[in-house]
Amino acid sequence: MLVPLSWLRAVLPALGERTGRDVADALLRVGLEVERVERLGVEHLVVGEVLAFEAEPQKNGKTIRWCQVAVGEDVPRGIVCGAANFAAGDRVVVALPGAVLPGDFRIGRRKTYGHWSDGMICSARELGIGEDHDGILVLGSDAAVGIDASSLLALDDEVLDIAVTPDRGYQLSVRGVAREAAAALGLPFADPADTTIPELPAGQEVFLDDLAGCDRYVALTVDGLDPSAPTPGWLRDRLVRAGMRPVSLAVDVTNYVMLELGQPLHAFDADTLSGAIRVRRAVDGETLTTLDHVDRTLDPEDVVIADDDGPVALAGVMGGARTEIAATTTRVLIEAAHFPPTPVARAVRRHRLPSEAARRFERAVDPELCPAAALAAARLLAENGGATAVALTDVDRHLPLPALTMAADLPARVGGRPVAREAVVTALETVGCTVSGQDALVVEPPPWRPDLVEGVDLVEEVLRLEGLDLLPSVLPLPPGSGGLTAPQRRVRAVSRALAAAGYVEVVTSPFVAPGAGRDGEPELVVRNPLSAEESVLRTSLVPGLAGALARNTARGRPDVALFEVGLVFRDRRGPHVPPPKAALRPDAALLAALDASLPEQPVRAGWLLAGRAEPAGWWGPGRPVDWTDALAAAYAVGAAVGRPLAVAASPAEPYHPGRCAAVLLDGQVVGHAGQLHPDVAEALGLPPGTCGGEIDLGPLLASDDRVVPAPRPSGYPAGTVDVALVVADEVPHAAVAAALREGAGPLLEDLALFDIYAGAPVPAGSRSLAFTLRFRASDRTLDGDEVNAARDAAVAAAAAATGARLRA
Amino acid sequence: MSAPNSGFDPVEVEALKPAALAAAVDAARAAFAGAADLDALAAERSAHLGDRSPIALARREIGALPPTARADAGRRVNEALQATTASYDARHEALLAARAAAILAEERVDVTLPVDRVRVGARHPMTLLRERLEDVFVGLGWQVAEGPEVEHEWFNFDALNFGGDHPARELQDTLAVGPADAHLVLRTHTSPVQIRSLLTRELPVYVVCPGRVYRADAIDATHLPVFTQIEGLAVDRGLTMAHLRGTLDTLVREMFGPGLGTRLRPNYFPFTEPSAEMDLVCFVCQGTSARPGAEPCRTCSSEGWIEWGGCGMVHPNVLRSAGIDPQEYSGFAFGLGVERTLMFRNGLTDLRDVLDGDVRFTLPFGAGLAGEV
Repeated sequence: MLVPLSWLRAVLPALGERTGRDVADALLRVGLEVERVERLGVEHLVVGEVLAFEAEPQKNGKTIRWCQVAVGEDVPRGIVCGAANFAAGDRVVVALPGAVLPGDFRIGRRKTYGHWSDGMICSARELGIGEDHDGILVLGSDAAVGIDASSLLALDDEVLDIAVTPDRGYQLSVRGVAREAAAALGLPFADPADTTIPELPAGQEVFLDDLAGCDRYVALTVDGLDPSAPTPGWLRDRLVRAGMRPVSLAVDVTNYVMLELGQPLHAFDADTLSGAIRVRRAVDGETLTTLDHVDRTLDPEDVVIADDDGPVALAGVMGGARTEIAATTTRVLIEAAHFPPTPVARAVRRHRLPSEAARRFERAVDPELCPAAALAAARLLAENGGATAVALTDVDRHLPLPALTMAADLPARVGGRPVAREAVVTALETVGCTVSGQDALVVEPPPWRPDLVEGVDLVEEVLRLEGLDLLPSVLPLPPGSGGLTAPQRRVRAVSRALAAAGYVEVVTSPFVAPGAGRDGEPELVVRNPLSAEESVLRTSLVPGLAGALARNTARGRPDVALFEVGLVFRDRRGPHVPPPKAALRPDAALLAALDASLPEQPVRAGWLLAGRAEPAGWWGPGRPVDWTDALAAAYAVGAAVGRPLAVAASPAEPYHPGRCAAVLLDGQVVGHAGQLHPDVAEALGLPPGTCGGEIDLGPLLASDDRVVPAPRPSGYPAGTVDVALVVADEVPHAAVAAALREGAGPLLEDLALFDIYAGAPVPAGSRSLAFTLRFRASDRTLDGDEVNAARDAAVAAAAAATGARLRA
Repeated sequence: MSAPNSGFDPVEVEALKPAALAAAVDAARAAFAGAADLDALAAERSAHLGDRSPIALARREIGALPPTARADAGRRVNEALQATTASYDARHEALLAARAAAILAEERVDVTLPVDRVRVGARHPMTLLRERLEDVFVGLGWQVAEGPEVEHEWFNFDALNFGGDHPARELQDTLAVGPADAHLVLRTHTSPVQIRSLLTRELPVYVVCPGRVYRADAIDATHLPVFTQIEGLAVDRGLTMAHLRGTLDTLVREMFGPGLGTRLRPNYFPFTEPSAEMDLVCFVCQGTSARPGAEPCRTCSSEGWIEWGGCGMVHPNVLRSAGIDPQEYSGFAFGLGVERTLMFRNGLTDLRDVLDGDVRFTLPFGAGLAGEV
């Protein structure tokens, strides 16, 4: 809502000389979001006196005047002027070089008609204060030469740009803003709406068929309008400064009244209406050509104004072209109606047709203002267009707002500070309520405040007018929380572990192209995606990581390791559930059904790395990333949360089939890691050899807070022994190691693979795995026989389980 | 060797004369001092302390002396031997030290060479800032609550007192997923977690709810379709707006240090009543840019204040949606944008950097192990 300060001051004269900033600060304090204060006015605009001029006929048939104009400087300025409606000695408005007139018309010193013209003598239209362009604006002889013409002509103004919240439709008017400004500044407020209704015969017949769509309709007929009468300059000015485009007197007047009082009006050419007006729901298949010349097929839910020939307006949204005010209109039907918010809001969305009227009806309009607004428009048409109000129909079926009861001490209880009953009553009366009662206040909200429905709504009025800066600052004392939960601590641990392992965290957009996850998971489709390409939610973190990794390498960082922790989305969900009633707790079954209707949204950790795992430098060429890095990250995640992970060879998309591991927690697959499939890496624009992994964190995080048993390290010496075992290529190391561990028994402290060998004398199709086994007892020094016996048992177990043979 | 002294005649033995011994000691000292390294010293050692050295030869002569002279000669030889040995030891020690020093000198490296052989990781400032905010509240005795990002409309709107025709429900703001009759949206705020917390936790509830939220905003320097919020909710007996203010004041002090001014400005949110916007004095210009003629401030657009977040007293209908009697319990709630906080606290100027994933953006934040961001 754009509110010119001059207009606000006209409605609230007590504002006096306060600046736009002063008013804005006051309004901000009581809750109006003044987004900015714009200064209007033209610089370098002065009063000049035409000292003399020479008329110079031109070849194009025009006669220009070469004028000498005094502008309060030492020497007069030479200015070329095309107009002839002035005489020497007249006072005129001169735009000096540097001035910018309305419409971004920049004035400079320029050569024209053989002279250097040092400015411009302005017409009313050029100054934006009238339509008159036949000649320049001649001022009275009392205008002092050289003074600022911008303030003389009241071009100076300030405009407050106010973002009105959805609950406060009344602020979409100068009337409403003035009321708030008066309240904020403690000034007396007089309602600009004149509610005296003159005696007029009933005129246009009106029927309200659907009270949910319209509960009051005022039809005021005015006759004898001079269709050529222009809109007066002051009214045009106010419209323009409030951001509306002047059209014609009848239309401008309806807009003016809407801006001032908040009641949207519509002007019909009364001669184009046939028969009674009926406010009703549209009939299926009906059409209406709206004022924007779009043919619209109406919905049976649309509320329309109709005459005998069909719809003439979409109620509260826009009028129709058939009954539009024309250049010949002399008889006008002014509609001032009350359309409740919901049908208007739905029509706006259904027809994608926002309008100034609809913006107000959607946020609720004062239903008691209809006659006053129609009459205000009629008065302006009478004063400026010679029209006379001839008939008034008022069909009023609206219900008054219900009264509320509020304990007088509720504002104090909500605010946490004393608020006297008198202060409560004063604040509520200031916003227009009628208040009675003592401890239990009975409050009748004013008709423009349908948002006041509960005690807390009234509390807000009291506290905001008293000033929120009066609220004390008190820290509440919760009963204590126990800190983060174990899963919350573990997510942090995962993130820290990956960062410690050299990965840089990213957060990526979860919107991806269909199929990007390459995991066959059911995707959840975004119905109104921001981009047609990225229309589904990710089922995997890999696509987002790949995008970020490709951006980094493209920017000249070949060695990159990234991780992300976030949700992925799988479209597996239970039956649809329509939203239950608001303000009522759903029962347990309904809550369970609501939750079951959601898709799966597991939290995952994913990582991707390319280039070198250890950077190149003066120390050497570094080490390229490989599948071991991808798996090490998985192990690091498990270690970070105390849940050891295992792996098993298991080809999966989007990985290299021979270099992919399923990551296992207690035998259950929780993710995969390995080298990306070369085709995938290429398709995603990733460097060859890019590796990565991804695991569902849920199962790792879920367990209860664990207690780590404290070990008692043995101080006795260890006995170590090496064994080299020949196994078939297909036998995984993990199987051999597990069998060794199993067979070695409790004396085995640790085992480590230290060499892999293939080639003669190891037979083809086999390889030799060399392990160091370290044995230790907790209560004695082991002797050689014990160690050898344990080793032999380990080897025997490996042989039994995997066919391993001790290498000769 | 001289002939045996059979007749107990005192025979003068040249080698045992004090002058001869003194000369041997002096010669040894000079030789040791002249040895340039341990090898040379070893050679001099055998020359001056070895079996054929003058002192060793002199000792052999003692036996040829008459018994009465032996003790005296023996003492003289021993003194000479001790002096020579001491001279050797001193020199040996000096040469050992010199050799050790030489080795160390040889082992000198250029310690200014780059040593970054290990890849360095870092955590995203969104994560770090979110954790920092969580920690402030955990320190105050609050809990941290989370919820799904794809949410049922009832949690995102209805239960939060958004009327059926509230403009925010329309597709232009909300990203809807799945079929229309599934009533699923990408949550537009973290407030659904308020409802979930009230439905599942025992009262009183003091929770903060951090997480990603979604809006149908095209991505640009100041808008992201997915961003991070943190929401606070307290529901207890007797909570007032003064408690809201006290909580916010504490949060501001923890995040920005003491002395930064705040103001509450009345506003509208469907799920709170009364509602307010919380403004901070601009962290960058300290509010000075709003004065006439002052240097403009990009951070606050020279308004002097920054909108940090919305807040208010929990609307009775929200409590009713969770089956809580608003006559018995009251509460307050607030919500902040974490990216927005990073903008005016850490000087982030282009929100796209948050989602871009360029490691140069994230590395300076480090692993955040000290909880600093």
